[in-house]
Amino acid sequence: MLVAGIKSRPQYPGLVLDPKARLHLIAAEGEGALAVLALAAAGGPDFPAKTVVYYTPGGSAGAGHVGSLEALGLDALHVTPTVPTLLTRLDVHLATATMGTRLYTAGAEGFLGQVVQLGERHGIDHLSIRTEHCGSLARRVQCVHCKGITENVTTSIVPCAHCGLSLLVRDHYSRRLAAFMGVCVDAEAPGEVPAAEEIFR
Amino acid sequence: MSGGAELRVKIAEIEPVATDVRRFRFVAADGGALPLFSGGAHVVVGMEAGDRRIRNAYSLMGSPFDESSYQVSVLKTRDSRGGSVFLHERVAVGDTLVISHPVNLFPVDRRARKHLFIAGGIGITPFLAMAEQLSEEGARFELHYAMRARDCGAYAEEAARLYGGRVHLYCSAEGRRLPVDALLANQPLGTHLYVCGPERMIEGVIGAARDAGWPEENLHAERFQAPPAGEPFRARLARSGISIDVGPHQSLLEALEAAGIDAPYLCRGGACGQCETAIVSCDGTLVHNDHYLTPEERAGAAKIMTCVSRLAGRELVLDL
Ligand code: FES
Repeated sequence: MLVAGIKSRPQYPGLVLDPKARLHLIAAEGEGALAVLALAAAGGPDFPAKTVVYYTPGGSAGAGHVGSLEALGLDALHVTPTVPTLLTRLDVHLATATMGTRLYTAGAEGFLGQVVQLGERHGIDHLSIRTEHCGSLARRVQCVHCKGITENVTTSIVPCAHCGLSLLVRDHYSRRLAAFMGVCVDAEAPGEVPAAEEIFR
Repeated sequence: MSGGAELRVKIAEIEPVATDVRRFRFVAADGGALPLFSGGAHVVVGMEAGDRRIRNAYSLMGSPFDESSYQVSVLKTRDSRGGSVFLHERVAVGDTLVISHPVNLFPVDRRARKHLFIAGGIGITPFLAMAEQLSEEGARFELHYAMRARDCGAYAEEAARLYGGRVHLYCSAEGRRLPVDALLANQPLGTHLYVCGPERMIEGVIGAARDAGWPEENLHAERFQAPPAGEPFRARLARSGISIDVGPHQSLLEALEAAGIDAPYLCRGGACGQCETAIVSCDGTLVHNDHYLTPEERAGAAKIMTCVSRLAGRELVLDL
């Protein structure tokens, strides 16, 4: 029922260094810190001086990575308490950034989607953004009925956090909304709701 | 024809604009409206030069909002093919020509925050239409135009008058060169780069942008490469059983067309991929002049772009 193999399903090929970038701008969440550490290990001696990282330990329980990131001696490391605060600060950074800045992002899928969405708002082609999926498979889901977004969805079926309908989470993805599509599962036969399965852990 | 539907047009005006450059204005032969186009589009102009049919692509330079006429500029080149010479010497106001519908392989990317146009010489023409379109839409752009000498710089004054401070002119005879690296170093995020001009300039600017960390997605170039001349060779068409001779100054595509074959094409400049043709076998070395095939595809020797590429050798067998 998920409808697999859908073309809109984003791909996350992993973080690969762009050696020609003037500035590596990295947004990472939770376990995404591990991808940053791997990128730093692959980067040359000038990597720390050319790199700015925005990091939030975030929802996917990235524990103890702040110390390792600090140890990289980056040009700047900004640690924020939540994903929204990270996105706000990244937004300000992007507003004055210049060409030659390469955007990278690593973390859970809902986070990646929101960073790509923000990048696109600043005129970055989504294909230019290097992405790596780390940690939880939790999804950001938009209820197609009330349009509300439910974060960190690990099950299908899931109750919409806004209107309460029971949503079937599909593989259809919207880059504009940075969310998967959730559709009312019992519209035909109200009350007949299949058991929720935890499939996006 | 395989380049799409044709339009019959009448030459309404011919005007010299710079050394060896003439502007042509075409109106529909039936007096009606011409199809609208978008900035960066080109048309392929067909010319009957004696026993030869020449087709050259020219960028549309007029306003994309004007459906009463199309304008193109033709630089007279000393190449051996004769298309530009034909338009300079053999046609007059009132003559009719057959052109293709406009095709755009060099469109502006509307997601861009800013558009940076770099023109060399006659490569200015697509930017005139693009600038008109963007200025109407209120989008942000800059036009940097490099020319050898003032009298070669077609439309330089016109562009400066229309778009003021957004236009920057560089005249190498006056010692002013395009400051490529400085230009690329400080552009706001979300800038797209567009280059049109001589091949060497395109390579230089695109290479400099890559070195400055610009992603591929933001780089756009328009190449109107005339098919390079070479040795004559024979092309045999495996499926139809025809053999044709390709002359030294003829492209493979032109030879196919001369033999009455409706071969596919769009840009005729090695950029779009439309004329890709499968090779059955070849006796000789392939000379790939296109910008379309990947290095792996070239090494595989299984495909050729008939509009610009040819054989150095005896015979090429095509799956046609
Ligand atoms: S016609 Fe476009 S590549 Fe040949």
